[in-house]
Amino acid sequence: MTVVAVRKDLGAATITFVAEFDAPPERVWQVWEDPRQLERWWGPPMWPATYTKHDFVVGGKSQYHMTGPDGTQAHGWLRYTAIDAPKRLELIDGFADETGRENPDLPTSDMRATFETIDDGTRMTLVTVYPNAEALTTVLEMGMEEGMTAALGQIEAVLAP
Amino acid sequence: MVIQTKDADAADLVFHALADATRRDIVARTMVGEQSVSALASHYAMSFPAVHKHIAVLERAGLVTKAREGREQLVRARVEQVRRASRLLDELADLWVARLNRLGEILAEPQEGAGS
Repeated sequence: MTVVAVRKDLGAATITFVAEFDAPPERVWQVWEDPRQLERWWGPPMWPATYTKHDFVVGGKSQYHMTGPDGTQAHGWLRYTAIDAPKRLELIDGFADETGRENPDLPTSDMRATFETIDDGTRMTLVTVYPNAEALTTVLEMGMEEGMTAALGQIEAVLAP
Repeated sequence: MVIQTKDADAADLVFHALADATRRDIVARTMVGEQSVSALASHYAMSFPAVHKHIAVLERAGLVTKAREGREQLVRARVEQVRRASRLLDELADLWVARLNRLGEILAEPQEGAGS
Protein backbone atom coordinates (compact mmCIF):
# COMPACT_ATOMS: atom_id res chain seq x y z
CA MET A 1 0.00 0.00 0.00
CA THR A 2 1.38 3.36 -1.02
CA VAL A 3 -0.56 5.69 1.27
CA VAL A 4 0.05 4.72 4.87
CA ALA A 5 -1.74 7.52 6.75
CA VAL A 6 -4.19 10.34 6.14
CA ARG A 7 -4.83 12.93 8.88
CA LYS A 8 -7.64 15.42 8.48
CA ASP A 9 -8.03 18.58 10.51
CA LEU A 10 -11.44 20.07 9.77
CA GLY A 11 -10.91 23.25 11.78
CA ALA A 12 -7.53 24.05 10.26
CA ALA A 13 -8.64 22.93 6.77
CA THR A 14 -5.49 20.86 6.52
CA ILE A 15 -4.99 17.33 5.27
CA THR A 16 -1.73 15.45 5.83
CA PHE A 17 -0.80 12.38 3.82
CA VAL A 18 2.03 9.98 4.52
CA ALA A 19 3.03 7.69 1.66
CA GLU A 20 5.86 5.19 1.39
CA PHE A 21 7.48 4.11 -1.84
CA ASP A 22 9.98 1.34 -2.70
CA ALA A 23 12.27 3.81 -4.41
CA PRO A 24 14.97 6.17 -3.16
CA PRO A 25 14.13 9.89 -2.66
CA GLU A 26 16.08 10.79 -5.83
CA ARG A 27 13.70 8.61 -7.87
CA VAL A 28 10.57 9.95 -6.11
CA TRP A 29 11.83 13.46 -6.78
CA GLN A 30 11.89 12.73 -10.54
CA VAL A 31 8.11 12.22 -10.71
CA TRP A 32 7.76 15.86 -9.60
CA GLU A 33 10.67 17.28 -11.58
CA ASP A 34 9.95 15.61 -14.92
CA PRO A 35 6.70 17.02 -16.41
CA ARG A 36 6.16 13.89 -18.52
CA GLN A 37 6.15 11.78 -15.34
CA LEU A 38 4.23 14.35 -13.29
CA GLU A 39 1.34 14.46 -15.77
CA ARG A 40 0.99 10.69 -15.63
CA TRP A 41 -0.20 10.78 -12.00
CA TRP A 42 -1.59 14.30 -11.58
CA GLY A 43 -4.90 13.79 -13.42
CA PRO A 44 -7.36 10.93 -13.05
CA PRO A 45 -7.50 8.34 -15.88
CA MET A 46 -10.62 9.98 -17.35
CA TRP A 47 -9.10 13.49 -16.99
CA PRO A 48 -5.45 13.15 -18.03
CA ALA A 49 -3.19 16.11 -17.29
CA THR A 50 -0.93 17.87 -19.78
CA TYR A 51 1.80 20.20 -18.50
CA THR A 52 2.40 22.99 -21.02
CA LYS A 53 4.95 24.78 -18.83
CA HIS A 54 7.13 23.41 -16.03
CA ASP A 55 9.59 25.92 -14.63
CA PHE A 56 10.72 23.82 -11.68
CA VAL A 57 12.73 26.45 -9.77
CA VAL A 58 11.92 28.58 -6.72
CA GLY A 59 9.58 31.32 -7.92
CA GLY A 60 8.95 29.35 -11.13
CA LYS A 61 5.58 28.28 -12.36
CA SER A 62 3.96 25.29 -14.01
CA GLN A 63 0.82 25.37 -16.10
CA TYR A 64 -1.32 22.40 -16.90
CA HIS A 65 -4.73 21.40 -18.08
CA MET A 66 -6.76 18.27 -17.63
CA THR A 67 -8.92 17.06 -20.50
CA GLY A 68 -12.22 15.32 -19.82
CA PRO A 69 -13.95 12.62 -21.87
CA ASP A 70 -16.02 15.25 -23.75
CA GLY A 71 -13.00 17.44 -24.50
CA THR A 72 -13.67 19.92 -21.69
CA GLN A 73 -10.46 21.33 -20.26
CA ALA A 74 -9.79 22.34 -16.65
CA HIS A 75 -6.76 24.58 -16.22
CA GLY A 76 -4.47 24.97 -13.24
CA TRP A 77 -1.07 26.22 -12.21
CA LEU A 78 1.58 25.53 -9.57
CA ARG A 79 4.09 28.04 -8.20
CA TYR A 80 7.16 26.75 -6.39
CA THR A 81 8.02 28.48 -3.11
CA ALA A 82 10.76 26.12 -1.87
CA ILE A 83 12.80 23.46 -3.64
CA ASP A 84 15.51 21.46 -1.87
CA ALA A 85 16.16 18.32 -3.95
CA PRO A 86 15.48 15.58 -3.01
CA LYS A 87 14.24 16.50 0.48
CA ARG A 88 11.68 19.26 0.41
CA LEU A 89 9.23 20.80 -2.02
CA GLU A 90 6.71 23.58 -1.33
CA LEU A 91 4.24 25.01 -3.80
CA ILE A 92 1.03 26.96 -4.27
CA ASP A 93 -1.70 25.20 -6.23
CA GLY A 94 -4.32 27.27 -8.07
CA PHE A 95 -6.90 27.35 -10.83
CA ALA A 96 -6.69 29.16 -14.15
CA ASP A 97 -9.08 30.17 -16.93
CA GLU A 98 -9.15 28.65 -20.45
CA THR A 99 -6.21 30.82 -21.51
CA GLY A 100 -4.14 29.60 -18.57
CA ARG A 101 -4.41 32.93 -16.73
CA GLU A 102 -4.66 32.65 -12.94
CA ASN A 103 -8.21 32.86 -11.67
CA PRO A 104 -8.13 35.19 -8.62
CA ASP A 105 -11.75 34.35 -7.73
CA LEU A 106 -10.88 30.79 -6.84
CA PRO A 107 -8.87 29.87 -3.77
CA THR A 108 -5.31 28.62 -3.86
CA SER A 109 -3.96 25.97 -1.53
CA ASP A 110 -0.46 25.43 -0.18
CA MET A 111 1.29 22.11 -0.40
CA ARG A 112 4.41 21.10 1.50
CA ALA A 113 6.14 17.81 0.76
CA THR A 114 9.09 16.30 2.57
CA PHE A 115 11.01 13.22 1.45
CA GLU A 116 12.83 11.02 3.97
CA THR A 117 14.95 7.96 3.37
CA ILE A 118 13.55 4.86 5.09
CA ASP A 119 14.82 1.26 5.04
CA ASP A 120 13.50 0.25 1.63
CA GLY A 121 12.79 3.56 0.04
CA THR A 122 11.14 6.88 0.72
CA ARG A 123 8.58 8.26 3.11
CA MET A 124 6.85 11.26 1.56
CA THR A 125 4.82 13.46 3.90
CA LEU A 126 2.49 15.81 2.11
CA VAL A 127 0.60 18.58 3.88
CA THR A 128 -2.15 20.37 1.96
CA VAL A 129 -3.31 23.60 3.56
CA TYR A 130 -6.42 25.46 2.43
CA PRO A 131 -6.69 29.14 3.42
CA ASN A 132 -9.97 28.36 5.17
CA ALA A 133 -12.64 25.71 5.25
CA GLU A 134 -14.71 27.49 2.60
CA ALA A 135 -11.81 27.30 0.19
CA LEU A 136 -11.69 23.61 0.87
CA THR A 137 -15.32 23.27 -0.22
CA THR A 138 -14.67 25.28 -3.39
CA VAL A 139 -11.69 23.15 -4.30
CA LEU A 140 -13.78 20.05 -3.72
CA GLU A 141 -16.57 21.41 -5.93
CA MET A 142 -14.03 22.11 -8.70
CA GLY A 143 -12.83 18.55 -8.33
CA MET A 144 -16.38 17.35 -8.74
CA GLU A 145 -16.91 19.52 -11.82
CA GLU A 146 -13.81 18.00 -13.30
CA GLY A 147 -15.30 14.58 -12.69
CA MET A 148 -12.43 13.64 -10.43
CA THR A 149 -14.56 12.09 -7.73
CA ALA A 150 -16.55 10.19 -10.35
CA ALA A 151 -13.30 8.75 -11.64
CA LEU A 152 -12.37 7.40 -8.25
CA GLY A 153 -14.54 4.31 -8.61
CA GLN A 154 -12.69 3.40 -11.78
CA ILE A 155 -9.32 3.86 -10.10
CA GLU A 156 -10.36 1.62 -7.26
CA ALA A 157 -11.49 -0.97 -9.82
CA VAL A 158 -8.11 -0.82 -11.54
CA LEU A 159 -6.22 -1.14 -8.25
CA ALA A 160 -8.32 -4.08 -7.00
CA PRO A 161 -6.48 -7.39 -7.41
CA MET B 1 -20.04 9.00 -3.79
CA VAL B 2 -20.45 12.19 -5.83
CA ILE B 3 -22.00 14.97 -3.77
CA GLN B 4 -24.99 16.78 -5.23
CA THR B 5 -24.86 20.56 -5.77
CA LYS B 6 -27.51 21.18 -3.14
CA ASP B 7 -25.36 19.34 -0.63
CA ALA B 8 -22.37 21.39 -1.73
CA ASP B 9 -24.27 24.63 -1.01
CA ALA B 10 -25.17 23.27 2.40
CA ALA B 11 -21.52 22.34 2.86
CA ASP B 12 -20.56 25.98 2.22
CA LEU B 13 -22.67 26.99 5.20
CA VAL B 14 -21.22 24.20 7.32
CA PHE B 15 -17.62 25.04 6.54
CA HIS B 16 -18.20 28.74 6.98
CA ALA B 17 -19.70 27.97 10.37
CA LEU B 18 -16.76 25.74 11.33
CA ALA B 19 -14.12 28.23 10.13
CA ASP B 20 -14.42 30.11 13.44
CA ALA B 21 -12.72 28.87 16.64
CA THR B 22 -15.53 29.99 18.98
CA ARG B 23 -18.13 28.23 16.87
CA ARG B 24 -16.04 25.07 16.74
CA ASP B 25 -15.79 25.21 20.52
CA ILE B 26 -19.56 25.62 20.84
CA VAL B 27 -20.08 22.54 18.66
CA ALA B 28 -17.56 20.56 20.70
CA ARG B 29 -19.19 21.51 24.01
CA THR B 30 -22.72 20.81 22.83
CA MET B 31 -21.74 17.45 21.35
CA VAL B 32 -21.07 16.20 24.85
CA GLY B 33 -24.49 17.32 26.03
CA GLU B 34 -26.94 20.17 25.66
CA GLN B 35 -25.90 23.51 27.16
CA SER B 36 -27.80 26.67 27.92
CA VAL B 37 -26.86 29.78 25.96
CA SER B 38 -25.87 31.54 29.19
CA ALA B 39 -23.64 28.62 30.27
CA LEU B 40 -21.95 28.72 26.85
CA ALA B 41 -21.55 32.49 26.99
CA SER B 42 -19.66 32.21 30.29
CA HIS B 43 -16.79 30.49 28.46
CA TYR B 44 -16.04 33.32 26.07
CA ALA B 45 -14.69 36.83 26.49
CA MET B 46 -17.42 38.37 24.39
CA SER B 47 -20.88 39.81 24.84
CA PHE B 48 -23.96 37.63 25.20
CA PRO B 49 -25.39 38.91 21.87
CA ALA B 50 -22.10 38.03 20.15
CA VAL B 51 -22.36 34.45 21.42
CA HIS B 52 -25.97 34.41 20.31
CA LYS B 53 -24.88 35.43 16.83
CA HIS B 54 -22.38 32.56 16.67
CA ILE B 55 -25.08 30.13 17.71
CA ALA B 56 -27.39 31.50 14.99
CA VAL B 57 -24.69 30.84 12.35
CA LEU B 58 -24.35 27.28 13.61
CA GLU B 59 -28.11 26.86 13.60
CA ARG B 60 -28.39 28.03 9.98
CA ALA B 61 -25.75 25.51 8.99
CA GLY B 62 -27.74 22.81 10.76
CA LEU B 63 -24.88 22.10 13.13
CA VAL B 64 -26.87 22.82 16.31
CA THR B 65 -30.50 23.03 17.34
CA LYS B 66 -31.92 25.42 19.91
CA ALA B 67 -34.89 24.65 22.15
CA ARG B 68 -36.55 26.78 24.79
CA GLU B 69 -36.91 25.25 28.22
CA GLY B 70 -38.48 27.61 30.73
CA ARG B 71 -36.36 30.75 30.79
CA GLU B 72 -33.35 29.01 29.27
CA GLN B 73 -32.45 28.29 25.67
CA LEU B 74 -30.72 24.96 25.29
CA VAL B 75 -28.25 24.31 22.48
CA ARG B 76 -27.48 20.84 21.22
CA ALA B 77 -25.11 19.77 18.41
CA ARG B 78 -26.47 17.77 15.50
CA VAL B 79 -23.90 15.02 15.36
CA GLU B 80 -24.98 13.75 11.92
CA GLN B 81 -24.34 17.16 10.35
CA VAL B 82 -20.88 17.35 11.92
CA ARG B 83 -20.17 13.90 10.49
CA ARG B 84 -21.34 15.03 7.05
CA ALA B 85 -18.85 17.90 7.06
CA SER B 86 -16.09 15.52 7.94
CA ARG B 87 -17.15 13.25 5.06
CA LEU B 88 -16.59 16.15 2.62
CA LEU B 89 -13.03 16.39 3.83
CA ASP B 90 -12.80 12.62 3.26
CA GLU B 91 -13.74 13.08 -0.39
CA LEU B 92 -11.08 15.72 -0.90
CA ALA B 93 -8.56 13.43 0.75
CA ASP B 94 -9.66 10.66 -1.64
CA LEU B 95 -8.62 12.79 -4.62
CA TRP B 96 -5.09 12.99 -3.26
CA VAL B 97 -4.97 9.36 -2.20
CA ALA B 98 -5.87 8.35 -5.77
CA ARG B 99 -3.14 10.67 -7.04
CA LEU B 100 -0.56 9.22 -4.65
CA ASN B 101 -1.53 5.68 -5.60
CA ARG B 102 -0.95 6.51 -9.27
CA LEU B 103 2.41 8.03 -8.29
CA GLY B 104 3.25 4.78 -6.48
CA GLU B 105 2.39 2.74 -9.57
CA ILE B 106 4.78 4.78 -11.71
CA LEU B 107 7.54 4.24 -9.15
CA ALA B 108 6.85 0.49 -9.14
CA GLU B 109 7.49 0.25 -12.89
CA PRO B 110 10.88 -1.11 -13.91
CA GLN B 111 13.12 1.80 -14.77
CA GLU B 112 14.43 2.29 -18.28
CA GLY B 113 18.10 1.56 -18.57
CA ALA B 114 18.13 -0.19 -15.20
CA GLY B 115 18.85 -3.55 -16.84
CA SER B 116 16.58 -6.59 -16.98
